[in-house]
Amino acid sequence: MSGATDHEVVVGVEVHAQLATRTKLFCGCPTTFGAPPNTQTCPTCLGLPGALPVLNRRALELAVLTALGLGCRVDPRTRFDRKNYYYPDLPKNYQISQLHRNLGVGGFLELGPRGGGKRVSIENVHLEEDAGKLLHDERGPHSVVDLNRAGIPLVEIVSGPDLRSLEEVEDYMETLRSTLLYLGVSEGKMEEGDLRFEASISLRPRGATALGARVEIKNLNSMKHVLGALRHEVGRQAAILRAGGAVPRETRLYDEATGETARMRSKEEAHDYRYFPEPDLAPVALDESWLAGLRASLPELPRARAARFAATYGLPEYDAGVLTADRALADYFEETAAAAGDAKAASNWIMNDVLALLSSGRVPLADHARRVPPSRLADLIGLVRDGAITHTAARQQVFPEMARTGEAPAAVVASKDLAVQSDRDALAAVVERVLAENPKAVDDWRKGKPLKAVQGFLTGQVMKATGGKASPAVAADLIAGALEKRRA
Amino acid sequence: MAAFAPDLPAREIARCVRAGDLRAADVVESAFARIDATEPQVRAYLAKDREWAFARAGLVDDRVRGGKPVGPLAGVPVAVKDNICVDTMPCTAASRILEGWTPPYRATVVDRLLEADAIIIGKTNLDEFAMGSSTENSGYFPTRNPWDPSRVPGGSSGGSAAAVAAGSASVALGSDTGGSIRQPASLCGVVGMKPTYGLVSRFGLLAFASSLDQIGPLARDVDDAALVLEAIAGHDPLDSTSLPAAARKPLNGAAADGDGLPAGLRVGVPREYLEASVDEGVRRAVAAALDALRALGATTVDVSLPHTAYGIATYYILATAEASSNLARYDGVHYGRRAPGARDIVDLYSRSRGEGFGAEVKRRIFLGTFVLSSGYYDAYYLKGQRVRALIRDDFEKAFARCDVIAGPTSPVTAFRLGERTADPLKMYAADVFTVAQPLAGIPAISVPCGLADGLPVGLQLAGPPLADSLLLRVARAYESARGRFPGPPS
Amino acid sequence: MKIDAALVDHLAALSRLALDAAEKARLAAELGAILEAVEKVNELDLEGVEPMVFPVPIENVFREDEPRGFCLERERALEGAPERTAEGFRVPRVLSEGA
Repeated sequence: MSGATDHEVVVGVEVHAQLATRTKLFCGCPTTFGAPPNTQTCPTCLGLPGALPVLNRRALELAVLTALGLGCRVDPRTRFDRKNYYYPDLPKNYQISQLHRNLGVGGFLELGPRGGGKRVSIENVHLEEDAGKLLHDERGPHSVVDLNRAGIPLVEIVSGPDLRSLEEVEDYMETLRSTLLYLGVSEGKMEEGDLRFEASISLRPRGATALGARVEIKNLNSMKHVLGALRHEVGRQAAILRAGGAVPRETRLYDEATGETARMRSKEEAHDYRYFPEPDLAPVALDESWLAGLRASLPELPRARAARFAATYGLPEYDAGVLTADRALADYFEETAAAAGDAKAASNWIMNDVLALLSSGRVPLADHARRVPPSRLADLIGLVRDGAITHTAARQQVFPEMARTGEAPAAVVASKDLAVQSDRDALAAVVERVLAENPKAVDDWRKGKPLKAVQGFLTGQVMKATGGKASPAVAADLIAGALEKRRA
Repeated sequence: MAAFAPDLPAREIARCVRAGDLRAADVVESAFARIDATEPQVRAYLAKDREWAFARAGLVDDRVRGGKPVGPLAGVPVAVKDNICVDTMPCTAASRILEGWTPPYRATVVDRLLEADAIIIGKTNLDEFAMGSSTENSGYFPTRNPWDPSRVPGGSSGGSAAAVAAGSASVALGSDTGGSIRQPASLCGVVGMKPTYGLVSRFGLLAFASSLDQIGPLARDVDDAALVLEAIAGHDPLDSTSLPAAARKPLNGAAADGDGLPAGLRVGVPREYLEASVDEGVRRAVAAALDALRALGATTVDVSLPHTAYGIATYYILATAEASSNLARYDGVHYGRRAPGARDIVDLYSRSRGEGFGAEVKRRIFLGTFVLSSGYYDAYYLKGQRVRALIRDDFEKAFARCDVIAGPTSPVTAFRLGERTADPLKMYAADVFTVAQPLAGIPAISVPCGLADGLPVGLQLAGPPLADSLLLRVARAYESARGRFPGPPS
Repeated sequence: MKIDAALVDHLAALSRLALDAAEKARLAAELGAILEAVEKVNELDLEGVEPMVFPVPIENVFREDEPRGFCLERERALEGAPERTAEGFRVPRVLSEGA
């Protein structure tokens, strides 16, 4: 994206995240995903004449947690305002949102390594109700309104125009999503529309401080779409500027099929939302000691946790980032590391074998952790470390079986007869046999071939003879001794 | 005893029904006979439901016969203003845009009336969306004052006031935003009360101005009004602006503050009210009422409400602003009337609303949209909120020196149909005494106090927040001293 | 405050009201007169006066995050719809956001 070399790219991102509540923001309708259209509505979220809103306490709590988790100053007298505009998915033709006294302001989010650890400012965090959905009726020039989503609680997180590259944008979105999951305020299920994005982008000559004309891109439903839209915009805007033109300030939509943005068919007049304080809701007065308690109860957030993993466990930055992307995974890692007394091994196992298993089998971590809890994985690590089984056998045979059946590693080793043969006497006999069957190798060694090479070949033969169960270390040691005896 | 004589109080009906001396079915029968007799002239009702009323009356009578308890409004015929949702009848707010719409739910106050075993007999006419002072803005037809059919009953709860005055309902519910219960009560010679804001739930009331609207009772005397208010008042978890349960005191009769005028009652008389332009007959009747209060032992105190003159301006800024937003939902998409053949969604909105709303509603939506619009918000809306604070402070300071404030409810008696419709400002000016109390959130009651040229005059009493039972007590004491107030001629 | 045709058109669009020429002219005149009347508030010195938003000192009114039994069956929810399909409210095709 820094392909527009004479221009600097300036991007801000707005995220709407659905809060993890059971019911809507202002009424008791359920928020479950995927219900048939218009089966989760009531007079309030339908905007029926005479209906009134009542604020969901849990939604407020989760929004406050979000603001605190993003380092914002929380306004204890935060207030709701009406945002007035007409649209068929907005049954009251106003949205209850916030403007004059947002829940949180002045926060920040620290990016991961891909974003250079940059601190991105969070201008505000506020609470608002979602609108319904428009379905396009294939049978004719109609749209059909589904109000199931109307009234669902959203927290809107507005960044400052601090992002300067696609990498930073991607990191911001992922870090933010991860943070919201860590806080437990949103389930972040992209496929259920838990997170929606809007981006604004402008270009300016390198070194300039004033912002260029801003283009807003709305209704981006995935991170992929955000990046695609921005990629297109950079090219489009750069081309205009290079040709000496001016980029019009406007709102555009992204077409994922063409990968291009297009000007929205906008209204003649710019939106005048005529915000005013919502008279149907009582003002909120947040208790300072309650806020302090919430602040103190904030979990360790992903960036901080990754930094601690790198420092405490000596993990590379990349690995720490992968392990902390998901809070449950990070917990799984730490518990395994503690039980095994070996963070590096735990990290390797999780990053390679566990993650591969989760993604290929589409297994949720919670399910996997029931079958292979951290203590069991630690046991497996211990078995390998003690030489009771080979690393190969552990990865290829024991772990998959443990994940499939939930058995303990020792049981799997026993039932598959994978225990490494370390008995020196038994192995000595095998070694003798192997040396007898391979006179040429012995001869090569006598003639001066390096021990390591001969040892390696002969160890391989011992492994073959024992069906892979010999302890390679013991075999190699016995071979060295047996060769010595044949020096003459 | 006639089953439903116009001067049989609601509490008497309930007592007799409870005692088995009167059948609820007979009461309802008489009520509908009365409706049939008066409606051709008065036209107070937009909808009536005989079947439902008789069904409910039957249930009440069954319970009485079976020795089971019945509620405090047992068998009482109640009329409900047609901006309050009753799920068995259409709710139109007297607008064409809601023609034929039946709500799938009930207002909380309606639930409470039904729990009290009241019999809801119909929905009454109003100025469209409660915007007006004469009921001439109804999208259907005007209601006429039972005292003189060439005159208005007042508004916006004109239908409710007229029904009670004509005896075609025992009691009624209205709504008050800038005087819409009190002014028609005054013009029709009945009692009407706007409670403290938040005392009565607004859930199920089609909102006009959310921070001003309140539902309240209209009745032929204070005790009946108190009976209804007691039944409908109280915290509602469905209304975030509803006062918490602990805030409320009992409102009705013996459970209230006591009987007779409280000793040492100070009645404040605002000099701004004395200086206002008021019809001579009204002035005389109100002065006589103040004399009566003094004779009962009250002292009148000179007080000042310095921002009285700014009340109407403030009201019309704030109420229309909220209304412009509250009425945005009437758009032809989800319910109500849709203009046919719309080209696109904007056309659908604009024509449905353009055709469905009457002139006064459009006027107020326009004004409200303007005062909220970009560039004007600070100059109008924000200023209005500041003046509102000053008006509230006026009352607070006055109530340091008196217990209730008294004055005329309306500067005029019932005017003729068509007399004020040409000039909206002239119509608005009649609200001068009734806009301030909703702005301040305080309770106020109108009680008939005399006649001027044969037309009723109302005395208004206002009190501090939550002084509802005090107001009822003072009003009751005055009423007793005043004696029987006549009903409309014929 | 001068109410000209452009302002009337703007307000009509903002409030989604289709008005004919006569209505527009009338509203322009009335709005002008009413604004003149409400401009009375400008006579006052409002320096330092806190805007009054709520008439009563209620705070912190919440409901718990529990499903409440007011959810309507689809048929009831769609009952009043002027035009509908089996599933929802039907409107002319909407192409872009912010109609």
